[in-house]
Amino acid sequence: MKKTLLAALAATALSGPAFAEVVFAGLDYRTGPYAPNGIPFADGYADYFTLLQERDGGIEGEPIRYLTCETAYNTEKGVECYESLKGEGVLVFQPLSTGITYQLIPKATQDQIPLHTMGYGRTSAANGTVFPWVFNYPGTYWDAASIIVKHMLDVEGGSLEGKKIALVYHNSAYGKEPIRTLEKLAEKHGFTLQLLPVGHPGQEQKATRMQIRRDKPDFVTMWGWGVMNQVAIKEAASIRYPMDRFIGVWWSAAESDTLPAGDGADGYKAVTFHGVGDDFPIYADLRKYVKDAGKAAGDGSNLGTVLYNRGMAAAMWAAEAARTAMKLHGTTKITPVMMRDGMEALTVDEARLAELGLPGFTVPVAVTCANHGGPGLGAIQQWDAKAQKWSLITDYIAADREVVDPLIAEDSAAFAAENALTPRACK
Amino acid sequence: MIYRETGQFKTSYAEDSQIFPIAQDRYVFWALMGFAFLVVPLVIDDYWEKSILLPFLVYSLAAIGLNILTGYCGQLSLGTGGFMAVGAYAAYKLMTGFPGLDMVIVVLASGVITAAVGMVFGLPSLRIKGFYLAVATLAAQFFLIWLFNKVPWFYNNSATGQISAPERTAFGVQVTGAAASSSASYLFCLIFVVLMGFAAKNLLRGRIGRSWMAIRDMDIAAEIIGVDPLRAKLSAFGVSSFYIGVAGALYFAVWFGGAEPTEAFGINVSFNVLFMIIIGGLGSMLGSFLGAAFIVLLPILLKTALVDWFSLGTAMAKHIEITTLGALIILFLILEPHGLARLWAVAKEKLRLWPFPH
Repeated sequence: MKKTLLAALAATALSGPAFAEVVFAGLDYRTGPYAPNGIPFADGYADYFTLLQERDGGIEGEPIRYLTCETAYNTEKGVECYESLKGEGVLVFQPLSTGITYQLIPKATQDQIPLHTMGYGRTSAANGTVFPWVFNYPGTYWDAASIIVKHMLDVEGGSLEGKKIALVYHNSAYGKEPIRTLEKLAEKHGFTLQLLPVGHPGQEQKATRMQIRRDKPDFVTMWGWGVMNQVAIKEAASIRYPMDRFIGVWWSAAESDTLPAGDGADGYKAVTFHGVGDDFPIYADLRKYVKDAGKAAGDGSNLGTVLYNRGMAAAMWAAEAARTAMKLHGTTKITPVMMRDGMEALTVDEARLAELGLPGFTVPVAVTCANHGGPGLGAIQQWDAKAQKWSLITDYIAADREVVDPLIAEDSAAFAAENALTPRACK
Repeated sequence: MIYRETGQFKTSYAEDSQIFPIAQDRYVFWALMGFAFLVVPLVIDDYWEKSILLPFLVYSLAAIGLNILTGYCGQLSLGTGGFMAVGAYAAYKLMTGFPGLDMVIVVLASGVITAAVGMVFGLPSLRIKGFYLAVATLAAQFFLIWLFNKVPWFYNNSATGQISAPERTAFGVQVTGAAASSSASYLFCLIFVVLMGFAAKNLLRGRIGRSWMAIRDMDIAAEIIGVDPLRAKLSAFGVSSFYIGVAGALYFAVWFGGAEPTEAFGINVSFNVLFMIIIGGLGSMLGSFLGAAFIVLLPILLKTALVDWFSLGTAMAKHIEITTLGALIILFLILEPHGLARLWAVAKEKLRLWPFPH
């Protein structure tokens, strides 16, 4: 409390109109049923910018102004936050909610402010010709779905013929995203897909548990968020479903999701696009300049957790995109329009990651005009309940492009037709 | 002193039965209308439109709708969210099915469709009342949301079940979609609210409204004096659902531009609208507006005050906001169970006598 107050005071003190500055904003949710997941992400996102500010004095010498707004994962509140912050010159919005993303896509496009929906949001926004203002690198839900199925293929020795796969999903735009891809993959690999929706907020999953118990699917995959994750994992553990056949999307795999199930969660898997733990050089700086200096956005307990790392990844790509934009336009005073150009020209390879103190942290990203969906790589991570740690058990696996790409083309074309848009030409 | 009606003589029936019998009320009302129609559109920006004025207008309309049913006809309903969803999906299907249709027609037609649906779900009210009816309408809420999730026809087979409003015009002015100007969409909603507010007020003062109130006060007595409960209850469900449907259509098409049934029209919306009319005042037009303002605007005011003026952390501010809102609701209900409208009525009585209270 005191820390946040101090941080807020520090932020207000820094934010004189005399400064030219780069403005970033966190649409956080530290309250409500999604807070267990929202807090670590918000901490990671904010702390990375605090680190840049404290250690480097900002980005390319330009001080950072960081604003926050609480959305409680609620769409109405999220739109209110967007409207109240957009006048502040925020360079990029990252709502961390698929529902809010769907609302913001037309608004942000109209207002010419880029959206980065990192691994969530509208999958077909990967098509940069139709969605010039929306980015979802380094991967999409459909990439995640196909990577999960590829991993299942590996486990089964190459064939899913006649198998039964259940999708447990949050009954919202978010949870429904992978269905179309999984249906296509079911056709391709000959498995049957069982859909098990879970209503908001997801505390009640007895019916789902009964169905899993009765039908005994060979694999279960999950698109859950917030309290839904921990409940699902607990329920699965309680019916002794084999945990290594329960594979979540990258949003269903945080420490707070697996810890409540105790030993029962041992072996639970999930796809991810970045490394786990705090064994990266940047953490020394984070501790020195942010946590120990009392400038952490949260209570500092989330450092090194899955979602903290992910928030940091999001902030890192945003900061790098701002840097790219500054170089492209030859000025450090960038606008959201310039930021968009920077995001579209963003390249963060392994060498750059090492420079940033994040060697081997995540997949290399190279955004292009036509492809806003990034490399679409994902690794499988597994939970070790004894050590209370996630560890990567595979290399980065490529998504099934021959299934995902036509779907993206189809869905973005439908969006273009619906809104009478002409896709722009990309060189 | 300023609120004296000395010297205001009514010399005709029309004058005696007008909506605002006191001249000062009339002046304030017309000044407010003038401000809302002439000044606000000139100064409105996106934030005021999307976060403050449209939510207020849309929820006012929904609150009027529920107030007709619950406050005037005494039929407790928890299906408001579901009926708003009917309005929204009707608007969506009409907008996508008939691209040339004017938005005015789309919104009104959505209201009519919702009215029909509402009357169907109102049928049980002929046999059950009170809490049992609340449960029946709760069933409507869950059934409707389930339906809009389940049947792909309603959301045109979109991959996510999300519906989004295409760009449409009303009398040649674009009112939906992100490119619609703030003043256009604001005025579009405002006109609906003002006209429908007047319509509701007059309906309530007339034969139909009186039959609703008779049913509310004692249905058996009402039946004995010749009020047909079937017609009264079903018309209340129909009119109420019409208002709620229009609110749903405006919510989806003009204010939000997109919706997802579980979140946008869930049970919490039903409760919120119910809170609005309870806090505002059951059976009061003014109460519908005051309640909507209270529930919609107070959280934003608290948030702005705590975060921007007192520099509290956003999470802390949110927690304070939730508790304050809850405490205020309880406080209001204890101090003035008849709602804000009653509070205003008491204040008005005092003002009329002030400064000589004897």
